[in-house]
Amino acid sequence: MNRQIIKLFGLLVVLFAVLVGFTSYWSVFDASALREKNANKRPLLEQQQIQRGRILAADGTVIARSVAKGHGSGKRYVRRYPRGRLYGHPIGYSFVQFGDSEFERFHNDELVGNESEFNSILDQLRGRDQQGNDIVTNLDPAAQATALADLEAAGYGAVVAIEPKSGRVMAMASNPPYDPNRVPYEFSKLSTNEIETPLLNRATQGQYPPGSTFKVVTAAAGLESGTITPETPIDAPGSLEVEGTPLENDFGESFPGATLDTALTNSVNTWFGQLGQRLGEDTLFEYMEKFGFNSTPAIDLPSGEVYKSGVFNEEGELLGANDPVDLARVAIGQERLAVTPLQMAEVAAAVANKGKLMKPQIWSRVVDPDGRVTKRLDPSQYSQPISAKTAEELTTAMEGVVAEGTGTNAAIPGVRVAGKTGTAETPGNKACGGGEEENQAWFIGFAPADDPKIAIAATVECTEEFGNDVAAPIFRDVAETILNGE
Amino acid sequence: MSARNRELMALVPVALLLTAGFAAVFAQENAQLDNLSLIYGAYFFAVCLATHFYLRVRLPNADPYLFPLVALLMAFGLVMVYRIDAGLARDQANWFVLALVLFAATIHFLRDYDVLERYRYTIAGVGLLLLMAPRLPGIGQQVNGAYLGVKLGPLAFQPAEFSKICLVVFLASYLREHREVLIVGARRVLGVTLPPLKHFGPMLVVWGASMFMLVFIRDLGSSLMFFAAFLALLYVATGRLSFVVIGMAMFFAGAWFFAATVPHVHDRVEVWLNPYPHAQTSGYQILQSIFAQADGGLFGKGFAESLITIPGTDNALLPAAQTDTIYSLIVNELGLFGACAVILTYLLITARGFKIALLADDGFSKLLATGLTAVFAIQAFVIIGGVTRVIPLTGVTLPFISYGGSSIVANFVLLALLLLVSDRARREAVHSRTVT
Repeated sequence: MNRQIIKLFGLLVVLFAVLVGFTSYWSVFDASALREKNANKRPLLEQQQIQRGRILAADGTVIARSVAKGHGSGKRYVRRYPRGRLYGHPIGYSFVQFGDSEFERFHNDELVGNESEFNSILDQLRGRDQQGNDIVTNLDPAAQATALADLEAAGYGAVVAIEPKSGRVMAMASNPPYDPNRVPYEFSKLSTNEIETPLLNRATQGQYPPGSTFKVVTAAAGLESGTITPETPIDAPGSLEVEGTPLENDFGESFPGATLDTALTNSVNTWFGQLGQRLGEDTLFEYMEKFGFNSTPAIDLPSGEVYKSGVFNEEGELLGANDPVDLARVAIGQERLAVTPLQMAEVAAAVANKGKLMKPQIWSRVVDPDGRVTKRLDPSQYSQPISAKTAEELTTAMEGVVAEGTGTNAAIPGVRVAGKTGTAETPGNKACGGGEEENQAWFIGFAPADDPKIAIAATVECTEEFGNDVAAPIFRDVAETILNGE
Repeated sequence: MSARNRELMALVPVALLLTAGFAAVFAQENAQLDNLSLIYGAYFFAVCLATHFYLRVRLPNADPYLFPLVALLMAFGLVMVYRIDAGLARDQANWFVLALVLFAATIHFLRDYDVLERYRYTIAGVGLLLLMAPRLPGIGQQVNGAYLGVKLGPLAFQPAEFSKICLVVFLASYLREHREVLIVGARRVLGVTLPPLKHFGPMLVVWGASMFMLVFIRDLGSSLMFFAAFLALLYVATGRLSFVVIGMAMFFAGAWFFAATVPHVHDRVEVWLNPYPHAQTSGYQILQSIFAQADGGLFGKGFAESLITIPGTDNALLPAAQTDTIYSLIVNELGLFGACAVILTYLLITARGFKIALLADDGFSKLLATGLTAVFAIQAFVIIGGVTRVIPLTGVTLPFISYGGSSIVANFVLLALLLLVSDRARREAVHSRTVT
């Protein structure tokens, strides 16, 4: 019988090996796929056990914190947003059942304390619970409040305010807002609202025609490439035949022998149209790309929630320098250009910062549970699209816009302001209810012009008014709030 | 070193492991080191020492590794159950002591275990009665659709745990007597070797008992375990693989028939093959079992780090964590490495059990040791295989680790029988060596 006993043992060894094989499959080889399964709530429930760090405004105001619910083994943490909808964008939300978004999502690892495998093993050995880090942002509560209040008075749209020399995002507002505290109760309502799209951060995901604000980019390309100087005269007729359709100035006004200052101050379409054609597509696209167009902005938000800016075809694909475009109309911000408010704020910030574009960042520093600053924002340059000299020449022209041109409502008493208005006609826009008089109103600019502290892009959609009427006052209020705060 | 000294030396690291395990759980739960872990470790060691000295006196030649290996599983189980619920662990510790008392009693009264052969039909009858008990009105209990428990006044137990020993004793004895007839009387029909019809009866009885369990007790796990142990013994006794094949065919034919006709059995199989559509209902347990394992990884999350209930509620995230799915909890907290250690321990116990069978020189001892070892190993396979989706999940306990008095007591009686066989076999081996 011994032979059979040995064979039987062999069979049992094989069976036990199968058990080891299946256990390895579930626990190691298939583990990550299993963690992704919808039926698997374990990873989420575990994350709920961790006290997520707080998110703070620049002055220490608490934007988001986690509160404990229950006791003992039933203890779990739920996210609270004490300021409600004020920071719904760009902070986003984080809830076990509904996932996370925006800043909460991008900085998740720091907020839950997943800095490194090694650290968490050390913490386990020390018997310490995993605890999240606090993150202090650059958001200025007063500026954020002003931006959102002004937008709510003006209409749907967005405001982005960036400190030019560092890229610090001091305000980012999107109207309509939403209260992240309501997400667990109204998620389906919030996420399926296709007209108001309150969960959409229009500052980074709104893709709007830039209108005349784009002339800043065209002018920058003209000056930097040497195509023009501030003294170069271009005859700008009231109407210009381009690609079979006339390109017209406001009221058909003509500007013979106009230079950059005159052209920008009066936002002369035929002047910039001709400049665009002189630049050629390669040069214009080259400078657009240096300003950040055709790329996802390097901001600390999830890449899926930050859209690119550029010329899009009907299929929604980005066009490059080799695709056929109506160059004259691109140069004045028409054609199929679609830009985000964040991108236009970056354009203003680059001009303000002597031509250097800094990476826009919402976070400022990470503070560990013991109160130590473990990481601090080190401002870094994204690109230098134009030289300091070009920036200075452009600033002079943009000051004219506010001082005596189309953007006078942006003026702040006692402060030199540089800027550019924009009013893109969007007749029949479904999001606006299909009205024929609807515009996309813009203002981009910075102040003080001689020592810029803040660069801002403000835009209002579906308005019958012009950039100077609805967007410039928002710029002024937000800039004033920030300048007064210093 | 003598066998008993080796046993003593092996018990020391087991006690230390238990102490360390409790220390880890305390550290996690109270964020401090607690002397209590040392006290528990000392109690455990004292109980093991007492058992060891009893074995030293009564069974000096018995296998020295079996008891420390079982103590290791016990230590694993006590720490894991404690980590789920301190109250359950206290019960478990009491049952451990009670089981050792019965273990000692078995060794005391069955020192001459040949008497078992004399009462084999009585034992078989008791085994069948125990099997049927859960369906008897008044004392039977239904749990999760299966009739597994019996309640006699204050005493509740799972009779299947005990009836498996009765069955093995009966089969070992019956096959010892009839194995020659089964081999010699076998005829070849159409190229298949069939056992002689006259001796086929008991096989049918066992098959019938298994099917009975499947349908009336709805205890798939025990049914599978009994029949597998039966086939293992039949194979060892006769050496005829064809008998095993016929037996398996009969079992699967029966199982297939009942899977198609009995809803309870059908559900279990359906959920095993395709759990996701039943994620919130009948598939919840197996899926959560697998999710818990997925969360363990190579090294696990650490003692007491796993979620067993959904925080803030009493709803189970890992249902039956202290019994059916305790293995998944081990994978979650101790990782693949911890789980391999558990499987390896079962394999080592199996190896020692078969070693005893190899050493034993009378047929009954051989078959008894083989049967006891096989039924033990198969039980471990059925439940670990169940929670890892190798086979349908059934409510069998993980021997010596799962919470549950019947399981611990029955398995210690099983261990006592193995050690009795071992002591005689090794004594004779030592004796014959000294003679020559």
